[in-house]
Amino acid sequence: MNGTIGFTLNGRPVNVSARADDALLPVLRGTLGLVATRFGCGAEACGACMVLLDGVPTNSCTLEMARLAGRNVVTVEGLGTSDAPHPVQAALLDEQAGQCGYCLSGIQIAAAALLARNPDPSRAEVTEALAGNFCRCGAQNRIIRAVQRAGRMMRGATP
Amino acid sequence: MNAPVLPASLRDNPRPAQWIGFEAEGRVRLATGKVELGQGILTALVQVAAEELRVPPERFRVVSGETDTTPEEGFTAGSQSVEASGGAIRQVAAEVRARMLAAAALRLNCAPSALEVADGRIVQDGAPTALDYWTLADAVDLERPAEGGAALTPPEAFRYIGAALPRVDLPGKIFGGGFIHDRLPDRLLHARALHRPWPGAVLRAPDEATLSRVAGGPVGLVWLGDFAAVTAETEALAARAHEAAETRAAWSGGSPRVPVPSEPLALVGAEATERLLDVPGRATATPAVARVGARYLRPYLAHGSIAPSVALALWEDGRLTVETHSQGVGNLRIALAQALGIGTEAIIVRHRPGAGCYGHNGADDVALDAALVARARPGRWVRAQFTRAQELSVVPFGSAMVVDLAAELDAAGRPVSWAMEVFSGTHGQRPGHNGRVNLLAAEALPGAEPTPPAPDVPDAAGFGGLRNAVALYDLPSQRITHHLVARPRLRTSSMRGLGTHGNVFALESFIDELALRAGEDPLAYRLSLLSDPRGRRVLETVAEMSGWAGRPAGGEGIGWGIAFSRYKNRAAYLAAVVELAAEETISLRRVWCAVDAGLVVNPDGAANQIEGGVIQAASWTVKEEVRVDADGSLPASWEAYPILTFPEVPEVFVRFVGSAADPSLGLGEAAVGPTAAAIGNAVAHALGVRVREMPLTRERVAAALLG
Repeated sequence: MNGTIGFTLNGRPVNVSARADDALLPVLRGTLGLVATRFGCGAEACGACMVLLDGVPTNSCTLEMARLAGRNVVTVEGLGTSDAPHPVQAALLDEQAGQCGYCLSGIQIAAAALLARNPDPSRAEVTEALAGNFCRCGAQNRIIRAVQRAGRMMRGATP
Repeated sequence: MNAPVLPASLRDNPRPAQWIGFEAEGRVRLATGKVELGQGILTALVQVAAEELRVPPERFRVVSGETDTTPEEGFTAGSQSVEASGGAIRQVAAEVRARMLAAAALRLNCAPSALEVADGRIVQDGAPTALDYWTLADAVDLERPAEGGAALTPPEAFRYIGAALPRVDLPGKIFGGGFIHDRLPDRLLHARALHRPWPGAVLRAPDEATLSRVAGGPVGLVWLGDFAAVTAETEALAARAHEAAETRAAWSGGSPRVPVPSEPLALVGAEATERLLDVPGRATATPAVARVGARYLRPYLAHGSIAPSVALALWEDGRLTVETHSQGVGNLRIALAQALGIGTEAIIVRHRPGAGCYGHNGADDVALDAALVARARPGRWVRAQFTRAQELSVVPFGSAMVVDLAAELDAAGRPVSWAMEVFSGTHGQRPGHNGRVNLLAAEALPGAEPTPPAPDVPDAAGFGGLRNAVALYDLPSQRITHHLVARPRLRTSSMRGLGTHGNVFALESFIDELALRAGEDPLAYRLSLLSDPRGRRVLETVAEMSGWAGRPAGGEGIGWGIAFSRYKNRAAYLAAVVELAAEETISLRRVWCAVDAGLVVNPDGAANQIEGGVIQAASWTVKEEVRVDADGSLPASWEAYPILTFPEVPEVFVRFVGSAADPSLGLGEAAVGPTAAAIGNAVAHALGVRVREMPLTRERVAAALLG
């Protein structure tokens, strides 16, 4: 039942053996060993598993492998690293914007997509862009500040 | 001269080597029994050790919550970690420094007072020596029990305590890892359990052949009484197998759940243990001219962690190793031993970080799931994970509560008598509480006895259902009756703040009602009844921060509310002001908090805890409620149990007003009571009517407006 599905992952072409109806999330975490993308609900409700699919934040818990052929997927590992962090990652650390941190992968993805189209978002624009991401610890205000800080960094303004 | 009194955690774990070790390459090992739950505790504990050892934080390696390597410090709960573990570490680190200086003084043939430590190096009269902690380690016996009494660094000399040190664990989590969920050892076997859908349900599980066929791959089944788990080589296959097993499992017998009109009200009149708490108060001389009373309700609440609970277990040669995000590895170890019928010495339990933990969640339950499967599949690591539905419906809930308040008032509107009745299920059914196993699957194993009604959290631990039932105001004697409901309709245990959310909501709403009745400003009325200077200071500060004096007149849809409590009546003081708009729904706008937590080890981490407590309590108070559905089911998805989303969160402003000379006071749960009450009071201010039942939903607000 397994087939080979080819797509671009974090800028590199990959061919993955998977069932067409497998979701991307367990393939990322299991087969590919990329554990930054996290399981939260399995029902597209909480945003913990978001990846960029052709630049659009998409829950990977229900995203079927069959839909990926030829597409472009970016996970948190592809956003940045501790040596070369994405502005959103740097800003999250600057603002100490997290408690448990479990929700932050999906939030980085949603925030990166927002800032790519609007590097100067208002508080309301940030919260609207993160409306599909739950944070149970209550770090939302820090996260909102971090996204706006990342926007300033991307615009070359004083963070 | 009396021997110095050791902090309790140090008395229980008296050997300095249990806490501190000097490792190669200038590293310091710091061991604690407390665990990281997302609250930043490990960072704060490093700051305390760094301060007293005079070693910068980056040299530390922290080990936490491992039954084979760290001190046993009970549960990481109740806002006690900085007080308990921090207090022990501060004392033991100061003693280690003193012993090191004494050893160095012998070598250098000088007085210890001529020596000091800088970055772990011994300095003599300001000049470096050849000695440091690492070269002296062999000469200093850290196995000899701590004596206590070593001089602590005075607050004015602090370098690390009181600094906003960044969290040590956050980078790993931001760059994609760091959780127990990410532990994927070789030859891992994935497991998913079936848990009873209602108490006492009897299981008939589908067979392996059927599951394998439906799931499309080889699936194993471990079936023990009314517990079962599917196993598979990949997570995707395990998930499909579990779905197939849930569909095909047949459950019968037991006590299926039925809906009731009100879960809190079902507590009233239910079988309960009753007791009276009489709190002496001020004498009253004025006659009563009026009598008032009100009833306040809180629903059952779910933890709602963003991650499903996970555990790993390895059974090898009759020995069990468990990795867990439990709050209490030592207690879990004992409970696992009881459930599995083996000795504790055959079990090692190690903490690994999970997602946000707000009390007794599913971590312990899933650890037994993993252990049961591991015993049936020895020699391989087994990873058990809950589904989202299980995470919301089978783990213990925070108990529903009913709080009745009644007072007689004098002509000035001040209470001359005070009575409170609290109806609640237990807030304490953690593994090992009261000598019981308290693990979900244990009750479903063959031959398991039904669990008898549980007692509540002991008074000495800060009460369960009566946590914060005693008002701090200058009241006449408070007559408090606790109805501990024997068999609440849902499984209840410890959730952030225990009874404080229901009790402070009730008390601080009632005080507000008395203020309005007296025609007085709610802040002024509170201050007129409060002589505790630290309580007055947080109230006065939050009023100043928020601009309370300039708040709008009520009744126009914009509401301001104020509330206050001292968590557990012995931890941090907190006063909150909430601004909201109450129209069709309640929109929270801004929340201000003034906090006195004494010495704050990490102000930014502490502020993060207060901010998070405000937002979580706001979510509980305006949105959350666990109800039994018409088909007898409990919430199984975020759709059925909504929580506050980004567009709904208020801005939160926090200020600490305590003194560094006062001992640290636990603060992680300090915000939940005042936040709830300040929201209720703001709704009353906005609309001119009061909603006494949480959550304060659109329907309840509309009903209150209709009278």
